[in-house]
Amino acid sequence: MTLIKKALTTSIALATASAMAATAQANMSDNEVRIGYLADMSGTYRDLAGPGGLTAMEMAIEDFGGSVNDAPIVVFSADDRNSADVGANTVRGWVDQENVDMVGGLVASSVTIAVTKVIEESNGLALVSGSAASSITNEHCTPNHIHWVYDTYPLANGTAKAVVEQGGDTWFMLTADYAFGHALEGDVTKVVEENGGEIVGGVRHPFPTSDFSSYILQAQSSGAKIVGLANAGADTVNAITTASQFGVTQSGQQLAGLLIFLNDVHAMGLESTQNLLLTTGWYWDMDEQSREWAERYYERMERMPTMVQAGIYSSTMHYLKAVEEAGTDDPETVRAQMAEMPIEDFFARNGSIREDGRMIHDMYLAQVKTPEESTGEWDLYEILSTIPAEEAYRPLSESNCDLVQN
Amino acid sequence: MTMIFGVPLAAFTGQLMLGLINGAFYALLSLGLAVIFGLLKIVNFAHGAMYMLGAFATLLGMQYLGINYWVSLILVPLVVGGFGMLIERFILRRISHLDHLYGLLLTFGLALIFEGTLVNFFGVSGLRYPTPELLQGGYNLGFMFLPIYRGWVLLAALVVCLGTWFIIERTRLGAYLRAGTENSALMQAFGVNVPLLITLTYGFGVALAAFAGVLAAPLYPVSPTMGSSLLIVVFAVVVIGGMGSILGSILTGLAMGLIEGLTKVYYPEAANTVIFLVMILVLMLRPAGLFGKEA
Repeated sequence: MTLIKKALTTSIALATASAMAATAQANMSDNEVRIGYLADMSGTYRDLAGPGGLTAMEMAIEDFGGSVNDAPIVVFSADDRNSADVGANTVRGWVDQENVDMVGGLVASSVTIAVTKVIEESNGLALVSGSAASSITNEHCTPNHIHWVYDTYPLANGTAKAVVEQGGDTWFMLTADYAFGHALEGDVTKVVEENGGEIVGGVRHPFPTSDFSSYILQAQSSGAKIVGLANAGADTVNAITTASQFGVTQSGQQLAGLLIFLNDVHAMGLESTQNLLLTTGWYWDMDEQSREWAERYYERMERMPTMVQAGIYSSTMHYLKAVEEAGTDDPETVRAQMAEMPIEDFFARNGSIREDGRMIHDMYLAQVKTPEESTGEWDLYEILSTIPAEEAYRPLSESNCDLVQN
Repeated sequence: MTMIFGVPLAAFTGQLMLGLINGAFYALLSLGLAVIFGLLKIVNFAHGAMYMLGAFATLLGMQYLGINYWVSLILVPLVVGGFGMLIERFILRRISHLDHLYGLLLTFGLALIFEGTLVNFFGVSGLRYPTPELLQGGYNLGFMFLPIYRGWVLLAALVVCLGTWFIIERTRLGAYLRAGTENSALMQAFGVNVPLLITLTYGFGVALAAFAGVLAAPLYPVSPTMGSSLLIVVFAVVVIGGMGSILGSILTGLAMGLIEGLTKVYYPEAANTVIFLVMILVLMLRPAGLFGKEA
């Protein structure tokens, strides 16, 4: 009896609710906006995106009010363990069985390239925030994904150019021996040579490597003014720490880290990273807006956010606004709507989405503070200059993306 | 300038020195594994985790209890070793009568649990432990700049390795240990408490790993995954040296450090694989390992 009663009331309630929301939800699939969060939750890249990125995504959804035009927003999340197979299968399941409308996060470039292929086949939408490879919006571009925070092009362009201009014209490259490292090394070589510098030597180290002492010794005996680090995560941390132990900077050489995240600098400490030049898409302490958001994030995570985590908030928020504006969660319509609206929030300045899927926005050249300059645990960077959005990223005229008509 | 295969002599000597220092680490870790395998017949996959726990105990001891490096050097191996004894007494002993494979799986599972728990609290970026003041700076040896701390690591590791070898091969306690593993029933008949002996041995092997962890703390970022990346190499060293051979694992550890060091100069792309190539060669030519007794 009670069961029937319950079912009856529920259906009446549902009918009323859906009648009320019918107009608004008419175009929302399943009457829900379903978002998937895929990232490395436990491995090398955990700290730069990981659980913190999920928190950032949830903050965006909360700030948006938890629903779009009365359709509740539901989040799915999974650990890709930096495996392209795991990532692609998870996303295939989300799209086929759960009707997930958008997939966000996406860190290791190899996983991202595999996932965006799945998304393209099912005509979904992916917002890539963590990956580095510029090929994601170049030869691997699809009409179904947008690359949000940064890529290897501005990293090389920003840091290498600034270093050569400051007189660092001879380089020794320390490169991670896999696709990402090779790409970054290529971009850096091009920038250094174009600006009148020279690559005098280099070594490609296995990925991952825990002991860099031998490579640092080789860099020291090369006599180059700059030791360029075309690697990421734990490799970069190990290389910089070892360089500091072997007195690389004291003997007049300087390090140029090409992909450094806030959590890396925090982990290494200022003693071994001071004065390091780096390019970043965002820094928590760069202005009032950023600080305000970062403080809210800190209250939840007890860590300051990286540019990737901030970018996940920014991209999720922009997505939700576009869904609201378009009145549907249909990926193609939302993708077009996103590209129409300019992006101007605490994360992105002068942001816009290009036809190749690259979200271009102002990038920043930063320098790591010395222990004397720093006033707190997370007071780590000084922003030296802004690289305008138009200059920062690979120009469309050089693009190999099929979506760009050259 | 004198050149050796296209590399200046000075740079070559520097690389040999670094190889020796890494080799000392391999020796220290593979020694603990060899002791445990030789005497207990346990393939201890938790060894890397114990090394990691040693480094973490050092770091946390300084942060929360103000224990300095020198005290940690003694205290941490005792604490982590004691923890190892609890694991042996209450967990490993239950499966001691089963096939080796069970011990391997059990210790591997334990390692994953320790690692996962710490990842949850500390992330994976790694934490810094400052180099003790007395050992900061470095010497210019002419052919290279040698950080004092690395020199100290080499010295400390060698002293502990040789001390262990001496205890096991040259003292009465060592003789008991070896006899106990050879024929425990007979030893018990002589009134020796063999189970206690085994617990102590496991604790000692773990303490060696923890000692290596203390040495590593100022050298590498202290991270929950630091052990698992090293463990596979150390296993290869043990296999090359001959499972269970004490002196074999010390000498092989040092030799593999040197070989790896030279690979980093001549063909860096292969630096992570060269030890496994040697392992394959050794297994083909001398399946019991370089210093192992023929089975």
